[in-house]
Order: sequence, then C-alpha cells, then structure tokens
Amino acid sequence: MRRSMLFLPGNAPKMIINGNYLGSDAVIFDLEDAVAPDQKDAARLLVRNVLQDIEFDRVETIVRINSIDTPYWMADINAILPQKPDIIMLPKTSCAADVQTVDAYLSQEEAKLGMQNNTVLLMPLIETALGVENAFQIASASDRVTALFLGAEDLTADLRCKRTKEGREIDYARSRMVVAARAAGVEVYDTPFTDVNDDEGIVTDAAYAKSLGFTGKASISPRHIEAINTVFSPTKAEIAYAYEVLEAIALAKEQGKGAIALRGKMIDAPIVNRAKQTIAAAEALGIRKEDL
Amino acid sequence: MAEIIKMATAGTDEKSDVVVTVEPCENGLQLQIKSVVMNQFGPAIEASVRKVLEDLGVKNAIVTVADRGALDCVLRARVETAILRGMEG
Repeated sequence: MRRSMLFLPGNAPKMIINGNYLGSDAVIFDLEDAVAPDQKDAARLLVRNVLQDIEFDRVETIVRINSIDTPYWMADINAILPQKPDIIMLPKTSCAADVQTVDAYLSQEEAKLGMQNNTVLLMPLIETALGVENAFQIASASDRVTALFLGAEDLTADLRCKRTKEGREIDYARSRMVVAARAAGVEVYDTPFTDVNDDEGIVTDAAYAKSLGFTGKASISPRHIEAINTVFSPTKAEIAYAYEVLEAIALAKEQGKGAIALRGKMIDAPIVNRAKQTIAAAEALGIRKEDL
Repeated sequence: MAEIIKMATAGTDEKSDVVVTVEPCENGLQLQIKSVVMNQFGPAIEASVRKVLEDLGVKNAIVTVADRGALDCVLRARVETAILRGMEG
C-alpha cells in the first residue's frame, strides 16, 4: 500500500542510504530539482549505486528523472533502469506525447537489457496548467502509468498565483487530477505540504486531500510521514463498519432479500464497494478482523 | 585506455560522503587515502578505488580520497564521477 512518498535529494548520501528506514511507503530519489545542474552526473551515479547495493525491502523505490526538455533524461534512464526501480517519476508532464516519448524509450531499453516490457512503471508529475488540462490523456497514455502526482509549487508559478498554506488556489487542479486519475483507473497523489515545522497543518492538508479522493501524499520531510500514513490509513471504526456491511450483505443474500439496512441506512452497491476497498486497504496494512 | 586530462573532483565533505580528486599523471597510479575509518576499512577503500580505476581503464592518475565514512557504493560512485569528469575535454 502506497500512502506516503518521501523525497530524498539524489546527491545526498546521508539521506538516501537511510531511505529504507524513514517510515514512508515509497521513497523518491530526486535527480531533478534537488540536484544542481553541475551535479547531475554525480547524483545519477550515486543513486544507481545505492539502488544496486542497498536492499530497499520496506519501501517502493521511485526515481524522479529530469524532464524531457532537458539534456539529462536519457542518461538518467540509462543509469537507473538496470537497477529496476519500481517507478520512474516524470516531472513537468504536460501531454500524452510526453509520456509516450518516455514509454517508448523505456520499452526500447528494457528490451536491450532483457527485461520484461513495463518492468518499471511511470508516474507522471503534473505541475503545469497544460498538464492539469490534459490529466486524463496523460493518465491514459500508456499501460505503464500507475499514478498521477500533482506538484503544486511549479503549478502555482505557471498559474501566476501565490502558493498558500490553505491551498484554495489548487482546488481545481486537485479535483481535476482525482477525477482524471480515477477515470483512467490509476492512483493519484497529492503535492507535498512544504512547511516542515507545521505538525497540525500537515494533518489538515492531508485529510483534505484524502477527502477529495487522493490515494496518498508526497512529503519533503520525514517528519510528515507518520501524519500522512495515519490520515491515509482506514481507522479501526471504518474497518469494523466495512466488515459489518459485508456481513449484512451476506445475510441478505442468505435470506433471499434484495436489499438490507444497517444502522438505519440502506446498504447499496457503492457502500459495498467502499467496504471492500476499506478491507483491502486494512489487509494491505496487515490489520486483521481479529485485531479490531 | 582512459586518460585523465585534467584535475577533477567529486563528492562532498558531508558525513557519509567522500571527496575524490583525480589528477593527470604519467607514472602509473598513485593513491592517497584519508578516512575516518582508516584502521578498519583502509585496505577495502583502496581495493574499491583500484577496482573502479581498472574497470574504467585508467592506468595513470593521482587519486586523492578524503573519506567521511562513505559506504562502498557511495565511494565507487564518487570515484567514477571524478574519473569521468577528469576525462572530459
């Protein structure tokens, strides 16, 4: 289960060698914004070697490569792909053609390496106005796309508005991203909350993202990971209710009833689907019915 | 054979990192290694540096290593980066 994704600067050994133990469900080794242009070569080889030597068995590994309008992205893929990270994150994705360009290159290089096609998945990072408008096409551009990720810092610069803690300026983008991703059948991740010292703000911001339908949230600080994981995990009460729903439905079937009420509310298909999603999430977190 | 044509450096002096410098030289390989874990890992560090030099075909170079407790994978990355930078015109 991927609730939290933690950014780690790709040229900082002290940070990236500990990526397995910082509590997030995924770590993002950043070769893009966190690395100065004159250190791109160093970061690329460092992340390659770290992925090669260190067993990241507690986290999914994501590498944010440089965008396709830079001279770096192919060299990034050439170095990183043989190490088989779970996902490559593509920044500044603005249209389906961006995804298809990288997808085609990945397919070509996977074949050269004798890897199965689509071994490494793609997560487009949408952080331009054009990207938001094209979100569904981006999410549907390739089978390799596993999730969309909203980046609000660059987006608000592109929108020419101020990035605020409340985030009203990204309401449209957030909703649009969720709808686009769900329509395309992929997951969707919210932008980091950048005030690393605001422990209440991260909870509020993550809870709001969850209420809109986001699967999880990225972070630039290990300090926010616990809050994100908590917000994006089902509560014990939610899990218990989900089991009650499924038991009520089973009973209705047994009794030959078409519909049944639980706690005074009719149980219909969307409620059953939500209950199944909650139980799947609980099982992914290792929470069993007996634990409730 | 890979030729070091200019002095080049890679890495930082942060903890868990290492600064590697390569310089042109005509008389084989000369290694100078300083490490916070020299007593324990000195020979392993030297072996790693020599392996990267060999893999990249570098036969002549002065290589200086100032280690702050880097893992082997970090050390190898920094040596490779310094060599590649030193080979660029």
